[in-house]
Amino acid sequence: MYDIIIIGAGITGSFIAHNLSKRQCKVLVIDKEADVANATSMANSAIIHAGYDPKPGTLKAKLNVLGNRMYPDICKELGVTYRKCSAFVVAVDPDESKILDTLKSQAEDRDVTCIDRSGEDARKLEPNLSPSVIRALEFPDTGIIYPWNVAIALMEEAVLNGTELKLCEKVVDITKTSSGYTVTTDKSVYESEYVINAAGLYADRIYEMALKSKPDYSIIPKRGEYYVLDEMAQTVVNRIIYPVPGPAGKGVLVIPTIHNNILLGPNSDITDSPDNNNNTASALNYVKQNVGKTVINIPYDKVIRTFAGLRPSGNDGDFYIKESESLSGFVNVACIDSPGLASAPAIAEYVINEVMQGRFNYELKSDYIHRTPIKYMNELDDEAKNEMIAQDPSYGEIVCRCCLVSKGEILDAIRRPVGATTVKGVKKRVGPGLGRCQGGFCEPLVVDILAEELGIDKTQVRYDSPDSVMLVDKM
Amino acid sequence: MGVITKDIVIIGGGSAGIAAAVCAYNNGCKDILLLEKDAELGGILLQCIHNGFGLHRFKEELAGPAYAQKWVEMLDATDVEVKTSTTVIHLSADRLITYVNPREGYVTIKAGAVILATGCRERSRGAIATPGFRPSGVWTAGTAQKYINMHGYMVGRRVFILGSGDIGLIMARRMTLEGAKVLGVAEIMPYSNGLPRNIKQCLDDFDIPLYLSHTVTDIKGHDRLSSITISKVDENLNPIQGTETDFDVDTLLMSVGLIPDTALATEAGIKLHPKTKGAVVDEHMMTSVPGIFACGNGLHVHDLVDFVSLEGEEAGLSAAKYVKGELTHDKSLEITAGEGVSYVLPTYIDTKAMEDNTELKLRVGYNARNVRIVLSCGDRQIKEINKLRIAPSEMEKFPISRDELSGCTQNLTISVKEQ
Repeated sequence: MYDIIIIGAGITGSFIAHNLSKRQCKVLVIDKEADVANATSMANSAIIHAGYDPKPGTLKAKLNVLGNRMYPDICKELGVTYRKCSAFVVAVDPDESKILDTLKSQAEDRDVTCIDRSGEDARKLEPNLSPSVIRALEFPDTGIIYPWNVAIALMEEAVLNGTELKLCEKVVDITKTSSGYTVTTDKSVYESEYVINAAGLYADRIYEMALKSKPDYSIIPKRGEYYVLDEMAQTVVNRIIYPVPGPAGKGVLVIPTIHNNILLGPNSDITDSPDNNNNTASALNYVKQNVGKTVINIPYDKVIRTFAGLRPSGNDGDFYIKESESLSGFVNVACIDSPGLASAPAIAEYVINEVMQGRFNYELKSDYIHRTPIKYMNELDDEAKNEMIAQDPSYGEIVCRCCLVSKGEILDAIRRPVGATTVKGVKKRVGPGLGRCQGGFCEPLVVDILAEELGIDKTQVRYDSPDSVMLVDKM
Repeated sequence: MGVITKDIVIIGGGSAGIAAAVCAYNNGCKDILLLEKDAELGGILLQCIHNGFGLHRFKEELAGPAYAQKWVEMLDATDVEVKTSTTVIHLSADRLITYVNPREGYVTIKAGAVILATGCRERSRGAIATPGFRPSGVWTAGTAQKYINMHGYMVGRRVFILGSGDIGLIMARRMTLEGAKVLGVAEIMPYSNGLPRNIKQCLDDFDIPLYLSHTVTDIKGHDRLSSITISKVDENLNPIQGTETDFDVDTLLMSVGLIPDTALATEAGIKLHPKTKGAVVDEHMMTSVPGIFACGNGLHVHDLVDFVSLEGEEAGLSAAKYVKGELTHDKSLEITAGEGVSYVLPTYIDTKAMEDNTELKLRVGYNARNVRIVLSCGDRQIKEINKLRIAPSEMEKFPISRDELSGCTQNLTISVKEQ
């Protein structure tokens, strides 16, 4: 019997699990994916928005601003990279400038730092801004992270402190019992007092399993597509460049990433399935056309990848975070579309301290263990690197030439709690395959290392899900 | 302790790098260090177990590893210092090199001359933004070749290949011989990008269809690849709606171009060529940064390894001269690609410092028969060569002597003209 079962190991589920792991309660996290942060949390803009644009009075407005302020400390505590890179929201005509007026006043109301700049002033700081930009609002507290690295670190620390995690397990039924809930998966049956539904794109289906009828919200998957540019293109922008927001959301952005790539995107298209995370030629063209309105001189010959992600949007535009009215102890943390990532740490506190006020009052643990951060060789000076290599020569063996990832880092990513079990899992944690060769050189080496470390044949190594077979036969 | 210095440091121990080392050594430079990231010398040749290498160089048809072995033996006969499993991390314009390996850690050395022989990488599915899902089973042809030929693992059973570059064609045959069904090869251009002999020996001989003016427009499969769609393209290379054909395959191999690896060249501030994506060089293979030379597929993509070795030797010879102070770097003529030529190397030629004879290397922009390749200086035609046949897949060489260039003061243009 668990105290709490969390369904979904995305960024929201991970923050909730991490928060609860500091208390004396028994928590199980279940996810159908092969890794933590593998769907919406994997494919998004990776921005910690400052919180000036959600509509006043919404949960989004409240939690975005709070979450943005929590991230720097949380990332430091977890030992993952957070970079405050700042952002411009730019206007190209007087109508758009009026929208900036609204954003500016919302920012002032929420105590979000905002600098009003002329187009000329803005272009001095960002030379590739389009000549048609007439004004820009700068939000210096805007940050970037690798969402999956944050989620993985949170879950790792939660597991170190007793949280149980079941991956590749799909919830198939939830039934209310006298003492709580029976959660049935395709592999096992679990009992718990409370259920937290953080199932992202599948949240409405999970809730329906428990309710045995249609819930009062539905998830509308909205697909966003992106280009990724090689780090050689990193000088295109220094900050995130947003157009003015419109009915479809924040618009098409130009975004620096932690590894010095540039993301271009996203568009926003409603799709009919939560699995439709495919790229389409039309959306990629749309992204190209719209990026050009705010930023010029984009080197499209430096594109190294495209990807698409799905946002789990709700019906009314706001997050849906509440306890079920008919199912006591069943909490929906649903419709977490943008700014879900930026809000996630505040969402966890909101769920525990406000939604479930008084009921999750488990005592704090006195023996809480912090994770040991992954040592990224790129972040060390030469002397520290050489100390690492002297202790463990595998840190001197470069596996990924593009991102300069050593074998030692890959072994660490596999061997630690919530370690990588797949090629994609290794890529998410330490980066081989994120660079310009897209794994062309390093993937066979990563497959070798995984097979050896996991004690399996290479034909058993997976790219991601159990069905994502790579090598089919030994010759 | 001061920084260790070496007369010549060669980055990359593939066909270009080994040839550069051997040639520099045999031309009087004995203090040479060759750095190779893999555990063995030979580079990409080691996974090219098909034959066809060495016809020009050794007058015999060798498999890739055998061709590499011949060069490694020549290298073994020298005192060139070799470090394998050693990755170069940094290169600066003043020729400071930082490398790392498990034995020494991070080490910075200073070179009198540097030869970049870094090879190329394959353009990936991501780089050409092929729409669709992102399942496993989509690889570049060279990565699949490595899995099969070096690791001994089969990558799939029903295969489609996008791009008719040589590696894609070789892999069509290789996969077929290993029992896979290759359903076809699509090429976006109206002509193949591979060598004619490979079209014949790898596709025609196995009845594998080649779909010219076609590209992959969709990829399906949430886990492993389940099917792809190809479409015909119009003259602007845009897919034509209504021409889609689906293929149920578990594997898609991409052979859509090779790009010189210029990460280190870029860091050192070396000027890059807009067309080759490699460095801009003069006739001594010297880049825009004095003392740094480039050669092989890290400079521009070759179709025959024999010519990669030859270019490595040119760079080796030049670097040896440079460290001995015998290479002058005077004001040079610029050579540009004219009509019908997609690129020409070198970009600069110094009529005073050049050898008696040299060669321009060029790729043409289209297939044609009975044409002339013409080198002009302003309005004046300097030299022309008749060609029965030209193709973008085959590098053309254009010999030129110092005498022929005497009196040239303006920039040179090389073009394809009808006879």
